Amino acid sequence: MKRKSSNEFTLEFLSRSANEGFARMAVACFAAQMDPTLNELEDIKTAVSEAVTNAIVHAYPNALGKVTVHGRICEGNVLEITVKDRGRGIPDVNQARQPMFTTGGEERSGMGFTIMESFMDHLVVKSVVGRGTSVQMRKKLSSRLKVQK
Amino acid sequence: MELNAKSTDRNLLLELSGELDHHGARDAIAETERAIDAALPRRLMLDFSGVTFMDSSGIALILRAQKRMQNLGGSMVVCHVPQQAKRVLEAAGICRLVAVR
Ligand SMILES: Nc1ncnc2c1ncn2[C@@H]1O[C@H](COP(=O)(O)OP(=O)(O)OP(=O)(O)O)[C@@H](O)[C@H]1O
Ligand SMILES: [Mg+2]
Repeated sequence: MKRKSSNEFTLEFLSRSANEGFARMAVACFAAQMDPTLNELEDIKTAVSEAVTNAIVHAYPNALGKVTVHGRICEGNVLEITVKDRGRGIPDVNQARQPMFTTGGEERSGMGFTIMESFMDHLVVKSVVGRGTSVQMRKKLSSRLKVQK
Repeated sequence: MELNAKSTDRNLLLELSGELDHHGARDAIAETERAIDAALPRRLMLDFSGVTFMDSSGIALILRAQKRMQNLGGSMVVCHVPQQAKRVLEAAGICRLVAVR
């Protein structure tokens, strides 16, 4: 289901952890034109941080690869964000989405997908082992400015 | 990410500030454990008032600190948690496992 968009961007960067903050800020700046509330902006930044961190930590465990973030503004003031990598993929997506499931050991808590689900309205995860993963999230923003021209 | 440790009378206060994401948490986790091992406190207070952003990486830091305190037979409390970090803790159900105030 491809929705029409009124504006979009694509961002591509190397899987270095310093880019986590960069990706969050870039998405937040793009979303600013939708007139989000402060809470909505924080929700979006948090969800983006989880998805991008997963690409950096899990997709390319001992290597550097490319991560892309694609953002679109869809009808009804809906923000759609897709985070993609071409890394090792997830063998069982349903299992990976369970709270506390992690392959990351002591450094990770296994709560990333749970946080994305709770902070966004909609989450679709597609993955092929050896090919990569795509995480698509949507959130309808309340739009503080109710006055329409 | 910055960490400031103040130890008095086997009470350890750790003040964290900055962005507690995967990038920032790596050093912060190691420093937190080092501070606990050096002070061997009975009580650990993690002060989050300076944390401007937190994601699941912060959860790992909190849970690891708590585990270390349990091994020492001590207790831990997380305080002054800003709104955004509080919502992350709630979404992950951490408030049931850790004393947050
Ligand atoms: N982009 C990805 N590429 C490969 N594996 C992934 C990817 N994203 C997630 N995974 C797998 O799914 C698991 C669950 O991800 P989730 O974000 O929920 O938890 P985590 O990253 O392990 O821990 P946390 O996010 O709490 O730090 C990961 O441990 C990993 O095995
Ligand atoms: Mg994760």
